Amino acid sequence: MGALAPEIWVAVRLTIELAALTTLLLLVLGTPLAWWLARSGAWWKELVAAVVALPLVLPPTVLGFYLLVALGPSGPGGLIAGFWGERTLAFTFEGLVIGSVLYSMPFVVQPIRNAFEAVGERPLEVAATLRASPARAFWTVAVPLARPGFLTAAVLGFAHTVGEFGVVLMIGGNIPGETKVLSVAIYDYVELMQWREANILAGGMVVFALTVILAMTMIERRMARPGA
Amino acid sequence: MSGPDAIQVAFRGRIGGFQLDAAFTAPGRGCTALFGPSGCGKTTVLRCIAGLQRLAAGACVVKGEIWQDGSRFRPAHGRPVGYVFQEASLFAHLSVRANLLYGTRGRVPAAPADAIGLVEVVELLGLARLLDRAPGHLSGGERQRVAVGRALLSQPQLLLMDEPLSALDRPSRDEILPFLERLHEQLALPIIYVSHDLAEVERLADHLVLMQAGGVLAAGPLAALQSDPTLPLARSRDAAVSLDGVVAGYDAAYGLASLQVDGAQFLVPAAPAPQGSRRRLRIAAGDVSLAQVLPEASTILNILPVTIVSAAATEAQQIVAVLSLRPDGAGPRLLARVTRRSWEQLGLAEGAAVYAQVKSVALAPASRQRDPM
Repeated sequence: MGALAPEIWVAVRLTIELAALTTLLLLVLGTPLAWWLARSGAWWKELVAAVVALPLVLPPTVLGFYLLVALGPSGPGGLIAGFWGERTLAFTFEGLVIGSVLYSMPFVVQPIRNAFEAVGERPLEVAATLRASPARAFWTVAVPLARPGFLTAAVLGFAHTVGEFGVVLMIGGNIPGETKVLSVAIYDYVELMQWREANILAGGMVVFALTVILAMTMIERRMARPGA
Repeated sequence: MSGPDAIQVAFRGRIGGFQLDAAFTAPGRGCTALFGPSGCGKTTVLRCIAGLQRLAAGACVVKGEIWQDGSRFRPAHGRPVGYVFQEASLFAHLSVRANLLYGTRGRVPAAPADAIGLVEVVELLGLARLLDRAPGHLSGGERQRVAVGRALLSQPQLLLMDEPLSALDRPSRDEILPFLERLHEQLALPIIYVSHDLAEVERLADHLVLMQAGGVLAAGPLAALQSDPTLPLARSRDAAVSLDGVVAGYDAAYGLASLQVDGAQFLVPAAPAPQGSRRRLRIAAGDVSLAQVLPEASTILNILPVTIVSAAATEAQQIVAVLSLRPDGAGPRLLARVTRRSWEQLGLAEGAAVYAQVKSVALAPASRQRDPM
């Protein structure tokens, strides 16, 4: 087995950067959303939950199509890109991050929401009767008790972003070092009949996926530890 | 009782399909029991006092501070209450010590004159061995003791307890009840205690709020409500009175304590007790019989001259007589349950002077000093 082409490492690095940034953004955006979904009594919250869950059901190409329109020169994405003198967010790393955040959102919001719901009202009531403000109760009781949910959310969000393909192809295309992530690179190698490289990448992804699933099992086992 | 120290509450409103309309005043000291059957709204009242639940038509004034009225509502975290839930509800991610200190933001209170210190709470509730354990590794009774300690250490001005024993099995209950009695004796903190178990109320409460179907049936001192023949308590099969007595002497040869209750004296089999210490006596209506003349020879230790204050018929052809330990009809009351036949054959009536034969007296084990620690 000879040395891998440097372009593979470029794709690996880009993929990790994209997944890490997406996961971080999703934890920041998804936590308040999950908190609201878990605790609000608003009648329309399930509608919001359904919108968040859409990428689970929609073909990635549909999501990709709308994103392409939204990120393009005549959409809001083009408007934003205008601030730094570009015409579009499509076919850029930034556009890919936006797409990934939307695409992986349900995989982050759902576990956090479930974890908050599992924590329930009681620990927060206890905290309130111990003079903890709602903010203190959130940070010192709800978040620590929901920690397994956050771990699951981070692992799933990261893994799902690594594995996305359809959306990337629609809005990112195939620009090396900018938008060419692993899943697209494999597709390319196959198109170019470079079976060895495709094989290595595909095998690597299998190992990665296995690791993720094992990690999830471990988290869930820890989640089931006896509580009070 | 409506003085500046009192706790005045009034809550009215609908929660789900349940209509609550409860108002009462409780003294700002001692233990007030909210007693009634399951589902009568006791817990809802307690949650409203804590601010965990908000009824629009509600008022809550505690020791002169308005916690809720028509326009104001102080949120739960702004009210100086300690709340003990039915299930201990310890924070699973924190050690016992961190649970205890959550309300003080981790600082160890040093116990100045008006505060409760960690050392005192650990001593009072027997928590020394548990401090570094995780809540998941405690028994039910231990968890509930930690929950009580956690509530106390948040330096509350009012302790609210929602059936703290009902989720426990019998041994855990017997283990924790003496701790609650010590708590009640040694701290000056007012307690509102929700229960549907009359035995707990008889041992702990000084004041009683009887609840039924979302409303307040009666409120007043425990002994007064116990001996009111118009209320279901005095007419029930378990009718009894709780009397607070002072140990006047101890006869070691016979193992008998002599207790003074407002001039009357009771001899009760008991463990040695220091003179002057306080004990709570429980005398069941079914253990008291009446006689026209003083029986000359009897195995019954406690035969007391009493006056019949009032009498009411129960469903089972029986009479419940309310007895005063004083000739003028004032002072502490006893209840006697007798058959209607005996009542009529002896020609008993209200105002009659008779002798009460008390067959058995139960003692609550703890002393009842009301001095703050």
